Amino acid sequence: MTTAPEQLDVLSVAREQVLERGVGLSEEQVLRVLQLPDERIGDLLDLAHRVRMRWCGPEVEVEGIVSVKTGGCPEDCHFCSQSGRFPSPVRSAWLDIPGLVKAARQTAETGATEFCIVAAVRGPDQRLLSQVREGIKAIREDGNDIQIACSLGMLTQEQVDELVAMGVHRYNHNLETARSHFPNVVTTHSWEERWETLRMVREAGMEVCCGGIIGMGETLAQRAEFAVQLAALEPDEVPLNFLIPNPGTPYEHYPVVEGPDALRAVGAFRLALPRTILRFAGGRELTFGDLGAKQGMLGGINAIIVGNYLTNLGRPAQEDLDMLQELSMPIKELSKTL
Amino acid sequence: MTYCGYCGKPTGEADHAACARRLGVIDPPRFCQRCARRMVVQVTPAGWTASCSRHGEIHSAR
Repeated sequence: MTTAPEQLDVLSVAREQVLERGVGLSEEQVLRVLQLPDERIGDLLDLAHRVRMRWCGPEVEVEGIVSVKTGGCPEDCHFCSQSGRFPSPVRSAWLDIPGLVKAARQTAETGATEFCIVAAVRGPDQRLLSQVREGIKAIREDGNDIQIACSLGMLTQEQVDELVAMGVHRYNHNLETARSHFPNVVTTHSWEERWETLRMVREAGMEVCCGGIIGMGETLAQRAEFAVQLAALEPDEVPLNFLIPNPGTPYEHYPVVEGPDALRAVGAFRLALPRTILRFAGGRELTFGDLGAKQGMLGGINAIIVGNYLTNLGRPAQEDLDMLQELSMPIKELSKTL
Repeated sequence: MTYCGYCGKPTGEADHAACARRLGVIDPPRFCQRCARRMVVQVTPAGWTASCSRHGEIHSAR
């Protein structure tokens, strides 16, 4: 007599399918993981960690990010304090070239191999692209060989080609949430428009960084849907954020994601994306506190943003570096990324 | 009178414990504590600066 798939323990299935064969979980399987009871979270994280170690290795990729153009964005992403459409206290700001060079230097000093230049825009205009071009040139002239990533919104093919010519090796453009939930989160552009930018980025030879935010009112089924939609994209990196309910945004009063739910999401996304760089990004400080960050690192995460974020603050970089040392997790070296 | 750097309301008028928690963990000040004007804030990997058009710039300790 055989057992119906839905009656098998999903972690037992994942052990054979993901750990042994490297095949990510299906949407239905991810949903079952997200529905695991609290007492199984330890088992989930243990398995997710083993999957990460087997298919990605022990190294942790460390990244710093900076906002080169803050606030005043014409889009209406409901989670974002930088939208000009909401009464957020965030005011517009431009980071000048010396400031950008200093931020890149501070990031490199942590041992990070990635520095991501971010702008709150629908897509870059010539002024922004010039700023990025001059910024990258100045970072190199400063003797800093850190790898440069960018996140500048939706791109045209011409802009994709310009970024490649500037030496940008990775482009971040988050799908943010499941396709079925996206219209509830953003109305000024579509999930498909974002996908099109990602397609062009991939075809141009840049690495694709694409993730999203947990806790924007999506159902568990939509969380599972999102995980497999990301897996279908085959991104090089998935940044996993947890909603920060920022004042003035439509999600101001949304609850912070509970730690156990966040840990289930971490484990589930690792089991859906066994070979991807899975990065702890914004919101972990509120959701997890110090202890949870460690649990996440031992539950499938293999990359972190150190230091501050775009408009919110993170833990001091040294605290995260100390945590990695305590966990005996080596930081990926620049030479190994080239 | 002083103002809450997180919500911009007078510090004596309401309970700002939740504001203090946010300022202590993930938020730089957004409002000038002397006049409640919204400040221009630049967050960088290792710190932040906040500028009030009337009272000048403050910055993080780290």
